[in-house]
Amino acid sequence: MQALYAQLLVGLINGSFYALLSLGLAVIFGMLNIINFAHGALYMMGAFCAYFLLNLLNIGYWPALILAPIIVGIFGMILERTMLQWLSGLDHLYGLLLTFGMALIIQGIFQNYFGSSGLPYAIPDELKGGMNLGFMFLPIYRGWVVVFSLIVCLATWYLIERTRLGANLRAATENPTLVRAFGINVPRMITLTYGLGVGLAALAGVLSAPINQVRPLMGADLIIVVFAVVVIGGMGSIMGSIITGFALGVIEGLTKYFYPEASNTVVFVLMVLVLLVKPTGLTGRAN
Amino acid sequence: MTAMTDDTLPVTPRAMRDEMILFVVMAAVLSVVPWTGIYPFFVMQALCFALLACAFNLLIGYGGLLSFGHAMFLGTAGYVSAHALKVWGLTPELGIVAGIAAAAGLAVITGLVAIRRQGIYFAMITLALSQLLYFIYLQTPFTHGEDGIQGIPQGYLFGVFNLANSTTLYYVIVVGFLAGFLLIYRTINSPFGEVLKSIRENEQRAISLGYKTDHYKLLAYILSGTLAGFAGSLKVFVAQNASLTDVHWSMSGEIVLMTLVGGLGTVFGPVVGAFVIIAMQQYLASFGQWVTVIQGVIFVVCVLTFRRGVIGEIAHYFRRSL
Amino acid sequence: MKNRIAALLLGTALTLAAGSLAFAQDKTVKIGSLSDQSGLYADLGGPGSTLAAQMAVEDSGLVAKGWKIDVISGDHQNKPDVGVAIAKQWFDVDKVDIIVDVPNSGVALAVNNVVKEKNGVYVNSGAATSDLTNAQCSPNTIHWTYDTYMLAHTTGQALVKAGGDTWFFLTADYAFGAALERDTTAVILANGGKVVGGVKHPLNTSDFSSFLLQAQSSKAKIIGLANAGGDTTNSIKQAAEFGIVKGGQKLAALLLFLTDVKAIGLETAQGLNFTETFYWDMNDDTRDFSKKFAARMKNGAPPTMVQAGVYSGVRHYLKALEALGGNPHDGLKVVDKMKSMPTDDPLFGKGEIQPNGRVLHSAYLFEVKKPSESKAPWDLYKLVGTVPGNQAFTPLDKSTCALLKK
Repeated sequence: MQALYAQLLVGLINGSFYALLSLGLAVIFGMLNIINFAHGALYMMGAFCAYFLLNLLNIGYWPALILAPIIVGIFGMILERTMLQWLSGLDHLYGLLLTFGMALIIQGIFQNYFGSSGLPYAIPDELKGGMNLGFMFLPIYRGWVVVFSLIVCLATWYLIERTRLGANLRAATENPTLVRAFGINVPRMITLTYGLGVGLAALAGVLSAPINQVRPLMGADLIIVVFAVVVIGGMGSIMGSIITGFALGVIEGLTKYFYPEASNTVVFVLMVLVLLVKPTGLTGRAN
Repeated sequence: MTAMTDDTLPVTPRAMRDEMILFVVMAAVLSVVPWTGIYPFFVMQALCFALLACAFNLLIGYGGLLSFGHAMFLGTAGYVSAHALKVWGLTPELGIVAGIAAAAGLAVITGLVAIRRQGIYFAMITLALSQLLYFIYLQTPFTHGEDGIQGIPQGYLFGVFNLANSTTLYYVIVVGFLAGFLLIYRTINSPFGEVLKSIRENEQRAISLGYKTDHYKLLAYILSGTLAGFAGSLKVFVAQNASLTDVHWSMSGEIVLMTLVGGLGTVFGPVVGAFVIIAMQQYLASFGQWVTVIQGVIFVVCVLTFRRGVIGEIAHYFRRSL
Repeated sequence: MKNRIAALLLGTALTLAAGSLAFAQDKTVKIGSLSDQSGLYADLGGPGSTLAAQMAVEDSGLVAKGWKIDVISGDHQNKPDVGVAIAKQWFDVDKVDIIVDVPNSGVALAVNNVVKEKNGVYVNSGAATSDLTNAQCSPNTIHWTYDTYMLAHTTGQALVKAGGDTWFFLTADYAFGAALERDTTAVILANGGKVVGGVKHPLNTSDFSSFLLQAQSSKAKIIGLANAGGDTTNSIKQAAEFGIVKGGQKLAALLLFLTDVKAIGLETAQGLNFTETFYWDMNDDTRDFSKKFAARMKNGAPPTMVQAGVYSGVRHYLKALEALGGNPHDGLKVVDKMKSMPTDDPLFGKGEIQPNGRVLHSAYLFEVKKPSESKAPWDLYKLVGTVPGNQAFTPLDKSTCALLKK
């Protein structure tokens, strides 16, 4: 029984990565209608960015937590301005393929310069060590990840669903012409939104740098799972992604305990089941 | 899905004639390859993928259904054929039949589940199903995990044609490809194909006209899956192995890319696309580390500049349907 | 008249003899380094393996003796189909004589069949599967550097003997992981230890905490990592996070490369035990070679054991060709010659090739240094034990290779 509690907690921690990543993906899909296949590559860039900040400029973990998402976010905005914006109004497939190509380029370049085995990034001193919870040993860093990502997720949700800025944004995706008539610069808003989504991916990258090896392909394996999370949660639904992200972490944790071989596959079983019962995902809007 | 094939021209006798001419040219070119110094193994491999892409194109280009799990048919047929040939010692023709049957059965089962969803949800459910299958193949011992089934005997087709002879094998593959291609072409231009296209353009209207659209979509899906399986079985004779890469989702992605590069919803596009992608894999191999980057650049350029694909752009330029 | 006929005949005979002599003394060789140039294994093989092959050609001194030797490289992208296609084209069109490296067991076994069919030479250094010299052995194939049997035996035996008699396995759920676990388990049991549990994780898992918790609660003295690449580095990194090593349990990585250790960093990896067959800092010869090698690598890295194995393999191959007096372009003949000669080169020292194609050379048990012990960026290992080749690899009477049943 104790072991089970431990697995649930560990699952929740993993869920926070899924939640952060799928949140960014959902924001981009909801507002730009683009399936961002480059999300995994941008997540990887976030982790690398933290590494460079530390090793080239001697900027530590805490500033990196803010700086890396901004830097990668700006990079994302450049991508949006130069490439993605030409695809508006076209089928999803083109956005997916374009971002897939971008992911290949980014990952390829990183691989050429930094190899495939990756680079080390240490846990910041303040968060080293762990505490004994009785049923398990919890590294402090993991606890921090859960708390922090939960805050970020809820803040993003609040920003988009409850503030005036978010309302404008949602309106702009529903009817860009009308919103433009109110004197709002719609293209700029879309660019900023993409930057936000990318920034969230980069943030997840920084958070995972001390836990996972900083490798060029670290996001490539993750992207397909995160996709599934977004679909299960209901494409474009912010809260749906957050909840599904955490839930998947827990379900995966349980699978790792009872049938570990299937822990990477369970998400797809879940997806088939959900789509059969609720065609547009758990919280999806009818289309 | 309607935005992808914007200006499908009506099938006129002239378009049919153009396509038949092109088909004859393609068949002629393929039949002289062994004497041109072009490496036949490369062509054989490309042909298997070309058939696969054509089968996929039948579903998306004419049925408007984007499957992101088509690798499951390729891989399933490949594994079953490989196992039948190597372990059961079946003859090549029976091995192919076994592979196709397995793919068809899989298509029926997955089709019944997937066909009820549309657009991106259809893509995702096919992806999920193919991932489940990947897991099953990883777990079952007969596939030998990542080592794959190796050294598959090629044998004598119908007891006569020695498939170990590369020229004989080449012609067998060409004939198999052309047969599959013609079947797809015939389907597209049949009344069935017309209904399919009308569903793609406007499903509600098709329903109101009294068509049971789900039946049509399911049939198209099964046909597409079965033909993809045929491609998988043929490929076993060419590569002489069956491995997990053929069921991996990235293979499904590659099929989409081939079709897109050649031209979605064009008759010859997927063939051209398959040749382009396979040639890239083969001839960029010497660029070593830059392969993935070059591939990425090509996709980006493709999406940004010629979205209709190679054949699609040519057809658009000449205002023909190809 | 008679004389003229005799002269004519003699002339013809001479031309024929000269012709066949020229044939025997064909001194062109083409070496194909087939590897993963851009993926998971690019660091341990990849461009470095091509460089190693090139350096072997240079060091052989054959070019100065009038030989023309080319090295080409290809990227199999970890896809058996691509590997097979490149290999076939190399033999048929580019007239390649020998294929080297080929990491990734699936691709390696597929290429194995092609080389046999085309009667080429195959010196594999990158793949782990011991099938290459057992169930799927081929008269055209020589397997250098390492295999699952050797890794399991060397590490397993050494650790059990040092008191690590209870084990828990973290195994990657595919054929390679299963083979490692099976072979190591056999060694543990044979040496009086026992396996208290294990968990199979999917390939490319990013989070190991669940599995590590299970390993922790098993109380096993040794946690055996029967996985590779990113899976191994992530499990080591996260084991440190969960205080597993501090809690008294020991990690044993069954397959770990120099580049992996470098990537994890000494802080996290220190104290780790594992087996390799080459390390750059072994003696003057290896240091000398590695210095030259690193100077020509883009990232200045010394050679991994896979790259060193490529070098040794090519050196031995060229020695065999020299002994034959020319390149017969006949794989069987060359491989037979290679098997008949003892191996001896600056990197792996003296060794021999078994009839099943397995190269016997020493294997070394290493421990990762503490950060305080390391004096240079790549100063990472200390040697804790040496196992001679005939004890490290599969004994001939246990090999299932069909070539042995003549």
